[in-house]
Amino acid sequence: MALILVLAAAAVAGLSGLPALLARGRPRLGQGCATALLVAASATGLLSAAWALVTGSAVALSGAWAVPGGSFSVSLDALSTWFLLPVFLVPGLGAIFGLQYWRQAEHAEAGGRVQFFYGVLAGGMVLLVVARNSVLFLVGWELMAVAAFFLVATDDVQAETREAAWVYLVATHLGTAALMALFALMRQASGSFDWTPLSAGSLPPAAAAAAFLLALIGFGLKAGLMPLHVWLPSAHASAPSHVSAVMSGVMIKMGLYGLVRVTSLLPAPPLWWGILLLALGALSGVIAAAAALAQHDLKRMLAFSSIENVGLITLGLGLALVGRSVHNAAWIVLGLGGALLHVLNHSLFKSLLFFGAGAVLHATATRRMDALGGLAAAMPVTLTAWLVGALAVSAVPGFNGLPGELMLYLGLFDVVRGGSPAVALVATACIGGLALTGALALASFVRALGAIFLGTARSPVAHAAHEPPGPMTAVLGLLGGLCLAAGLAPFLLAPALEQVVAGWAGAAARGGAAVLGDTAVRSGLGLLELAPLRTLGWAGLAVLVPVALGTAWFLRLAGRISARRTSTAGAALGTWDCGYADPSSPRLQYTSSSFAALLVGLFGWAVALRRSPAAAPAMFPAPWAFATAPIDRLLARLVVPFCQRTAGRCTRVRVLQQGVLHIYLLYILGVLLLGIVWATLSPWSRG
Amino acid sequence: MDATLSVSNGLLVVLVLLNFAVLGSSRMSTLIRMVAIQGLLLGTLPQLRSDVLSWHLIAVGAMTAAIKAALIPLLLRRAMRDVRIRREVEPLLGFIPSLLMGALGTGMAVVFSNTLPWPAAAGGALVLSTSISMLLTGFIILTTRRKAITQVVGYLILENGIFTFGLLLLDAVPFLVEVGVLLDLFVAVFVMVIILNHIQATFLSHDTTRLSLLKE
Repeated sequence: MALILVLAAAAVAGLSGLPALLARGRPRLGQGCATALLVAASATGLLSAAWALVTGSAVALSGAWAVPGGSFSVSLDALSTWFLLPVFLVPGLGAIFGLQYWRQAEHAEAGGRVQFFYGVLAGGMVLLVVARNSVLFLVGWELMAVAAFFLVATDDVQAETREAAWVYLVATHLGTAALMALFALMRQASGSFDWTPLSAGSLPPAAAAAAFLLALIGFGLKAGLMPLHVWLPSAHASAPSHVSAVMSGVMIKMGLYGLVRVTSLLPAPPLWWGILLLALGALSGVIAAAAALAQHDLKRMLAFSSIENVGLITLGLGLALVGRSVHNAAWIVLGLGGALLHVLNHSLFKSLLFFGAGAVLHATATRRMDALGGLAAAMPVTLTAWLVGALAVSAVPGFNGLPGELMLYLGLFDVVRGGSPAVALVATACIGGLALTGALALASFVRALGAIFLGTARSPVAHAAHEPPGPMTAVLGLLGGLCLAAGLAPFLLAPALEQVVAGWAGAAARGGAAVLGDTAVRSGLGLLELAPLRTLGWAGLAVLVPVALGTAWFLRLAGRISARRTSTAGAALGTWDCGYADPSSPRLQYTSSSFAALLVGLFGWAVALRRSPAAAPAMFPAPWAFATAPIDRLLARLVVPFCQRTAGRCTRVRVLQQGVLHIYLLYILGVLLLGIVWATLSPWSRG
Repeated sequence: MDATLSVSNGLLVVLVLLNFAVLGSSRMSTLIRMVAIQGLLLGTLPQLRSDVLSWHLIAVGAMTAAIKAALIPLLLRRAMRDVRIRREVEPLLGFIPSLLMGALGTGMAVVFSNTLPWPAAAGGALVLSTSISMLLTGFIILTTRRKAITQVVGYLILENGIFTFGLLLLDAVPFLVEVGVLLDLFVAVFVMVIILNHIQATFLSHDTTRLSLLKE
């Protein structure tokens, strides 16, 4: 029943954009209908997913399908259901947000297209999460990928946006190519494109390693794991904010879903798989957190923060894989549990942050942090929502970024205590990386919050800022509340999470690989025994309540003082005046880049700032301008040279592309003749 | 050997000879005439190769002859007149090398058709080799002639080869399918003639090598 409802919701969501596409003449009506359909589908899907998670019974459907190799087999087990929660929640909220943020009536050309592909994106993601057949999965995967391409290209009059869309398209298709190879390998082992856990001997070690690496490339490209993150920052920055929220909150999680799913199917992971994921995850976290600190563009900064969080989640999966290869149930529970909890929580707070960025963009029409400032007075609700998101992403107690990260810390410390020396060494390095990541994330969000909301306005547009209209505020409020609730009561999610972890480890056990099944996880190794999630809620309250009370008291006091001041001395002093009592120039404030300069300088090997001009002019200078732009060293030193070399190799193949009809026909003739010769000479024709 | 069968085998040989005539002729009108004759012969073949007189085969044959020997040549001649195509064939590869390639292709076809696991009943191998040799001839015309209208002729010869292959499956293919194929062919030539006009209008020439301007 729940599965049928989910499938119906997927179909309705996928087609929800049709009214907007058909009713181009009446954009308001079209967008209204599309949003209503998508929200109805989201609500239905969310309720049935929650119901399935509570009742906890995996259901499956399988039907014949005319596509070669394909079968319409879908299933709703705990893992799929877990990922369905954000898949249904965020696009629905995004559609409501888009009603005001991105009015179809104001975008005559792209209007219907955006509504349509927004629905397709949501529907495709549902399909791929429930699919249990390679072909069906790829259908959902490609629906998602192509829809996202059109959404990134929404603002296609700008060259920058077009470039971002093309880079994304190339990246996603590279990933799909890797996935096709992976599924071919899996079919070799299992004999069908349907997904069943592979038995231990079915894949030789080399093939299993190849399958794992292909999955890492294919799914890692979508998840934005470094160094495969190339497409992610510009695509997230270029798309409309409610689309960025879906892409960052949900779509990149589909890559992680794929990785978790495929590792549950592959038998007996060797130790190096987990170690590789641990290393990649920690590196992604640290480098992306440093890169986020260097960005000038608000949405690019959020995109790098997403890469950082994907790194943390990957780290958790790596821990679980290590646990599986050395048969340690606690590591599996803490690693995978922490990773999956963070998947859900990240989708909540990151979409909140992107929606908040959308509200700022809506009010000021700029993404440059150094052009903003002082928005706190004009946009208190947005500030509060963004503050909640920023505290969550910085893993402050009481908010929902902490529970997942805490479980990762606990798991890693447990590895240090109980693992073999080599593994313990890796885990120690990961703990350091995790801590560094958290500190850098905190710094980058302090910086963003300060630059955007505090101080005084740095440009006329920031002066004219205003609070977003009702529906947008409601979405911000709802997500902020969810972040707080998930931060204070994470233990409510524990039973569902246990099911998911047991399913993941159990699937492997059924494959004959490990001794860890349902029973091992359930008997004494429950999530709540391993991680103090209940205490965490109380601790959060213990921090939050005094801080909230103190802030309220302080604000009242400050308000009273400034009221007295204005009545006596006239103008109030600005916040960041550094002692200069001259509020006439906002240029005296710290800019966001000068705030981060010291920290970014420490990570020169990963992120650099290009300064132009490099040095100050000679003595007695005329007025001159100075600008910095962040450079991604990983991109500049690793990815770009690799792509250029590949492109250089491929120019030889381009000789084939002559543009002359006769030559193309000649190719056909050549192949035909070769075929004839081969058929004549081959033993098959003699026999 | 049955008399009708030997006649039909003779006709197959004539078809192959017509291939060479097409490859060696330098006049557009000759080219079109040769293809028309091929079509006419193809129209008689189905009845000759069958043991019993059937309306089905007569209808197929008559329609084939009507479309391939009358209607399509008419279209092509009108196109030549309307687009003012000059009467010379403009080959990218000379006539003698084309003929040699055709001979090579026919030789290969004969060798190849003997190795295929096809029921050898009633001279199947001869039909097969004729069909493949026509396919190859069509390809040679397509790849080595410059004008757009010669491409149409090449395509027609290719299609004739496929029709010849169909002679082996006479009893298996329903009437409707054959009529459908014929209709498709007619429409295809019709469209190609229209495209010919457009190429002429756009490029001020019907030289297909100029189409490389469309390359990315």
